Amino acid sequence: MNLAFNILRFGRMLRAAGLDIHHGRLVDALRALEWVNVGSRTDVAATLRSLLVHERDEIVRFDRAFDLFFKAHRPPAPGLPLFSLGERPRVVAQPAAGVPVQTEFEDIHAGPSSATRAVGAWSAASVSRTKDFGEFTERELESARALLEHFPWRLGRRRTRRWQRASSGAPDLRPMLRRTVMTGDLIDLPRRARREAPRPIVLLGDVSGSMERYSRILAHFVYGLAQSATRVEVFLFATRLTRVTRHLMTRRGDAALARLAREVQDWGGGTRIGEALRAFNTHWARRVIRNGPVVLIVSDGWDRGDPVILSQELGRVRRSCRRLIWLNPLLGAADYQPLTRGMQAALRHVDDFLPAHNLVSLEQLADHLRALPARTQPFAWRARHRSAPWS
Amino acid sequence: MSESVTLEIPPSVDDLQQAMASQHYIAGRGLAVSTYLALRLQRPLFLEGEPGVGKTEVAKVLASTLETELIRLQCYEGLDISHAVYEWNYPRQILEIRLLESAHALDPRAAERELFTDTFLIKRPLLRAIEQTRERPPVLLIDEIDRADEEFEGYLLELLSDFQITIPELGTIRAVQPPVVVITSNRTREVHDALKRRCVYCWIDYPSVETERRIIAARQPGVSERLAEQVAAFVHELRAAELYKTAGVSETLDWAAALVALDRDELDAATIEETLGILLKNQEDMQAVRGERIQAMLNRALARGAGG
Repeated sequence: MNLAFNILRFGRMLRAAGLDIHHGRLVDALRALEWVNVGSRTDVAATLRSLLVHERDEIVRFDRAFDLFFKAHRPPAPGLPLFSLGERPRVVAQPAAGVPVQTEFEDIHAGPSSATRAVGAWSAASVSRTKDFGEFTERELESARALLEHFPWRLGRRRTRRWQRASSGAPDLRPMLRRTVMTGDLIDLPRRARREAPRPIVLLGDVSGSMERYSRILAHFVYGLAQSATRVEVFLFATRLTRVTRHLMTRRGDAALARLAREVQDWGGGTRIGEALRAFNTHWARRVIRNGPVVLIVSDGWDRGDPVILSQELGRVRRSCRRLIWLNPLLGAADYQPLTRGMQAALRHVDDFLPAHNLVSLEQLADHLRALPARTQPFAWRARHRSAPWS
Repeated sequence: MSESVTLEIPPSVDDLQQAMASQHYIAGRGLAVSTYLALRLQRPLFLEGEPGVGKTEVAKVLASTLETELIRLQCYEGLDISHAVYEWNYPRQILEIRLLESAHALDPRAAERELFTDTFLIKRPLLRAIEQTRERPPVLLIDEIDRADEEFEGYLLELLSDFQITIPELGTIRAVQPPVVVITSNRTREVHDALKRRCVYCWIDYPSVETERRIIAARQPGVSERLAEQVAAFVHELRAAELYKTAGVSETLDWAAALVALDRDELDAATIEETLGILLKNQEDMQAVRGERIQAMLNRALARGAGG
């Protein structure tokens, strides 16, 4: 049996299973196999794994493919049910025939120019700024999509630990020394200061049944946010939590949204916010809560889970971020009171409780994110909102 | 500078695994194969895994197995050239200028030549790993790369491809023999694919109960066989529980040592309660398992030992 031939075949099979395999790596793998005992299945698997996989999440997929390939002792028949491995291909299939594909180019010319898309220039679009998202027609949703995709989100800034030249700050020794050598004296002292960077965002979006009216606009909102220069991590939840960040990292909004919808199989269904947050805290927080992020939770607070868990997990999220903001589309209604058990439990922990039901409220959110005041005290619902400023 | 000698790489995976075991490091087969390939193919070894599974230890053990020096670079946010590669010793340089001035001997051109020499250079880990002042190439440990920022990753990518460093005032320094590079990551963020693709990748998982028992026996010889077995089984149960931050192998070892210090040679719920802070470092986690859950886990752990 020709080893090189088999490795190439195996590489093709891995690619079909959705792994990102480079040709160069296959050559490395062949070279590596010269050094190990090819009679040992374990060693061959470990060798190929070391060189072809560089992501923990890919290991399971690799191992299954390896088993399948080498158990058969012959190349797999075409049409082997790779997808029965429980994985979806990373490459997204072409859109179904009949669905018009809008290129970015067309998109730019269809909507208003990017200059007019700045905050406060909504009038250019045929969308009411005060109409509730939940009552948007299909046409309005499309216009809102175009607007939100290019919404100029700007985040409050944090100081990084990197230095840059500055007009004031600590003396910068390296140029100082050079000048001293060259001129023998120092007239003005070169200085340096810490560089600043925008704060990262972590967004947790509720896509359960009660939020269905808002789920499309939420997707547009999230996509627009991900297009800004800021680092954005996005999770969607209903009964369980799914990370969708990877799916948003594309320039094609339509494709990204399509992926989003597919990834979250439980689009709709009951909500368990507390459990979703627990999953976030246990499995993701350590990886995505970095550099003092702003955490945005978008939910109406209708919760079928245990409010005690919700309160506990939300408190934990709050302690690990710079600012915790809860966006509630229902807060737009004049007579809304956050009386659901879930919302009651949550309000003790959030820094801001803001509406997110129309374009005006999103503009206000944008202003708020830009200013991003330092955290003072835990949110006190009654004390601060006795006069209910939005009504 | 001395004659450079090539490293003596163990002739096979088994030999490497045994050599590591004789340094009290019990490596799983996957890790042994990856490490061996990294040495043979002269690629960096990229180790990823939860905190406390023994990633850093691999580099240490590798250095002593290969009988060479270990150079360690701990990463953090904002790590830059002056802390990773080199820095000029400014206070000394300024002092030197003042001395020259007071002797009325300051000629700017000559001063520049004199001030930017080896004497005033502070060598940081990456430069030390590259320059050839020792017999054998060292092991370079780049620890917790996920803590550094993307800018540093970019620099590292360049360094790892040609193993040379350019200092504008001195010129280019090139490694005669590239160091053995071990990169670790706790995966608090995704490290860029381009960097990983240059490496031999290995994900280190928590060990099986049996492997962990062997690790305890190798690392903490004072622990009785029975206690080691129980400790390994209990920690295994603990890891199955949903916790924010579970116990790594290093916590297991600390715990085993603590139990010996307390003169215990078997586990009971009260002892576990008292020493829980060594295994779990999070208040909420400790509260979550205290009481009945500890007893239940202990029962399961003991049953495992009795059953086989």
